[in-house]
Amino acid sequence: MDTTTERDQAAPMSGGTADRTSERELVVSRTINGPARVVFEAWTRPELFERWWVPKSFPISLLSCEIDARVGGRYRLVFAHEDSTMEFFGRYLEVTPPSRLVWTNDEGDSGELITTVTFEETDGRTLVVVHDLYPSKEALDEAIAAGSTGISAMPESLAQLDELVGSLGEGEGRP
Amino acid sequence: MSDLLDASFAALSDPTRRGVLEQLGRSDASITDLAQTFDMTLTGMRKHVGVLEQAKLVTTEKVGRVRTCRLGPRRLHEETAWIDRYRRLWDARFDELDKVVEELQRKEKVDGHHDRA
Repeated sequence: MDTTTERDQAAPMSGGTADRTSERELVVSRTINGPARVVFEAWTRPELFERWWVPKSFPISLLSCEIDARVGGRYRLVFAHEDSTMEFFGRYLEVTPPSRLVWTNDEGDSGELITTVTFEETDGRTLVVVHDLYPSKEALDEAIAAGSTGISAMPESLAQLDELVGSLGEGEGRP
Repeated sequence: MSDLLDASFAALSDPTRRGVLEQLGRSDASITDLAQTFDMTLTGMRKHVGVLEQAKLVTTEKVGRVRTCRLGPRRLHEETAWIDRYRRLWDARFDELDKVVEELQRKEKVDGHHDRA
């Protein structure tokens, strides 16, 4: 009945990284337990994408998710938080299954933010690296100051998230 | 503002300086205390504290012959809190992605070989 997949081999590398690697760049990475082909699908098929992009623990919902993962194709995500909604949209510049995805983030007004995601498979597991290149150092500084990071993070209205995520992450005195 | 961010990132790039901030988060300390805790010379520690001070992460006050250090008004906030939040969001997101990928693989297996439920 139930296959007891306790992801025994996954344990050592499950922790991800996030860094500002230069004045204009943010990089996040993590190893996912599955082949690149499958991971890539989860990034490009809307019915799969919408299941993981907004973590369940977050006080946000994804109202709609359109993804046309072809070069020149567009995506549009609409999020709801309390009474407000927020849209993120852009177009795909590169779609190379199962190793590379590049898209623009067009909702901002400070120039073009480009997101590049690479998928690198080793022994049935896939290293995912998400790289955000901001149009300028000032644009990234502003994003940080505003608490927002475009599509890669979440709507700015989620300042409260800080507390929630903080309590999840540190969990002291919390069940 | 931008210059301050630059100074902060530079200040936080060094493990000793991050350690000093952690230490000062627990209690104020003199340069001498800090030098001992981190096993370095007074001159070396003065330099580190100077960098933190420029980034406004630490303030110092000299009373008599002792210079006491404490966390500055900005503390670690803004930058580190933000990067931390960003990392946690992605961690949670990747956890969900892991589940979706696992499920897809399980389905493929079931579809592939019906002999093994």
